[in-house]
Amino acid sequence: MTAPEDVTERRDGAPGDDTDRTPAPPAPPDGPAPGRRVGSVEILAVLLVLLVVFRNPLAELVSAPRLQTWTTVFVSVLVQAVPFLVFGVVLSAVIAVFVPRSFWARALPRHPALAVPAAGLAGVVLPGCECGSVPIAGSLIRRGVTPAAALAFLLAAPAINPIVLTATAVAFPGNPEMVVARGVASLIVAVAMGWLWLRLGKAEWIKLPARPHEDGSRLKAFVAACRHDIMHAGGFLVVGAAAAATINVVVPERWLQTLADNEALSIIALAVLAVLLSICSEADAFVAASLSQFSLTSRLVFLVVGPMVDLKLIAMQTGVFGRRFSSRFAPATFVAAVLVGTGIGAVLL
Amino acid sequence: MNKQAQAVIMLLFGGAILKASLSDLYLRYVKEGLRPFLIGAGLLLVAAAVLTLWYDLRGKAQAHGEHHHEPKVGWLLLLPVLGLLLVAPPALGSDAAGQAGTVLTAPGTDSDYPALPPGDPVDLGLLDYASRAVFDGGRSLTGRNLRLTGFVTPGPDGEPMLARMVMSCCAADGRPIKVALSGEVPAAVPADTWIQVVGTWTDRTAQDPVNDAKVPYLQVASWQEIAAPKQQYE
Repeated sequence: MTAPEDVTERRDGAPGDDTDRTPAPPAPPDGPAPGRRVGSVEILAVLLVLLVVFRNPLAELVSAPRLQTWTTVFVSVLVQAVPFLVFGVVLSAVIAVFVPRSFWARALPRHPALAVPAAGLAGVVLPGCECGSVPIAGSLIRRGVTPAAALAFLLAAPAINPIVLTATAVAFPGNPEMVVARGVASLIVAVAMGWLWLRLGKAEWIKLPARPHEDGSRLKAFVAACRHDIMHAGGFLVVGAAAAATINVVVPERWLQTLADNEALSIIALAVLAVLLSICSEADAFVAASLSQFSLTSRLVFLVVGPMVDLKLIAMQTGVFGRRFSSRFAPATFVAAVLVGTGIGAVLL
Repeated sequence: MNKQAQAVIMLLFGGAILKASLSDLYLRYVKEGLRPFLIGAGLLLVAAAVLTLWYDLRGKAQAHGEHHHEPKVGWLLLLPVLGLLLVAPPALGSDAAGQAGTVLTAPGTDSDYPALPPGDPVDLGLLDYASRAVFDGGRSLTGRNLRLTGFVTPGPDGEPMLARMVMSCCAADGRPIKVALSGEVPAAVPADTWIQVVGTWTDRTAQDPVNDAKVPYLQVASWQEIAAPKQQYE
């Protein structure tokens, strides 16, 4: 039987504020397969033929050095993210289809205020990039986990896990306190954002896209959930990767040099850079290490902000949770991460 | 987009990932260690595509006419397919190297450089050479013939430098390591040409204008053009 997935789906938002719900003509509710003018398979076929035919002019088009660097960075961000995306999508489909609702009620503390830190700590053990945790958090909310706890998990999972902390230790061999500062600051931000959501968050801000309801076997429902999330989260990942590649190529590092001397400016500069560059959380420590002209505190802020707010993540969160959510959540997380990162840096570094 | 079109896009996407990871193409973009995960992800994508097609074609017979708002944004997944299968951009080169500061950063407190392995000349990575030259005062380098491999990139003064990209995760975090050249400088070699230089350590250093980091010099005795190595990142 089909899993009752629709309980937490909210369809009461203003029309047209969901990203992929353009005002499509009302779908024929039932009956034979809708007769469409030109099917998407045909469009796809024509597109592919055109691409193959115009292959050489296309390659010519991106042969300028700067454009070539853009293409390399764009492709590499995606290639790097694909295993994490697929892993996250499969795990979120497992949560959606195979893990019973009652499991989460038992696994997490009943009181939401306690469930938040528990979920934050659960994020510590899941090694992964931020691309995987977005669909997983969406799936948790669908399955009845309180959004505050799912959001704490969303923020904590990519920021503090064994791989990321090890990478930080390797990148800062002379400053082991950096690892502690990163872990503590990230966990505080994740839990604080969860609690903030409990106080101020509104359920109607989160608008999970309608997942297809599949009749029949669980495997069929599983495949449908995977397909939907890959197309959806994957599409937004492409948007984020393109934005990150653009920033990577357009913003010369030289500009940063002039900001490094002023502590307040350098913190803000590196926080913004973390958002724009959208580097995978497993690699950002190495980039932070190479920004050696900046203070340790400003580099800590870079490491705390990056896994929680970046272009790629904002695009994916908009896709999975809706625009009303991401337009509030991302700026709030940014501010919290900058403040906590600066505070912890002042104390520990 | 209907399910069949989605399945085709997933199939292409998974196929592109598989093709890149089964050949050496993936090395231009990510670390070697990611390969098994890329292959696994590619296989899963292909499997999801095949199962989607199979369920969809079989479901046609039962004709249940549900119509859903399927994610339009999924069309964008054609872009990486295009990038991997048709364009396949090269690994980062001198354009990226000129944009960013050399990656040489302060070593750990207990930096201890062991003696170089035997060999005349001895092969040395650029990062290894630079940190031995700058942080160890060249102690372990004196009196040895050294062979370095990298691509040519124009330095701030227009003189050719030897560079290589250092990558820790994917090309987005690629940062250059630069070594300036003196002596038999490979003049009039276009940027991005891969060369192998043999030379000796010199205590001369320059400063990278991008991030003020030190760039060591190498006194070149001879150099030759080579084909780009399989693993272009260091």
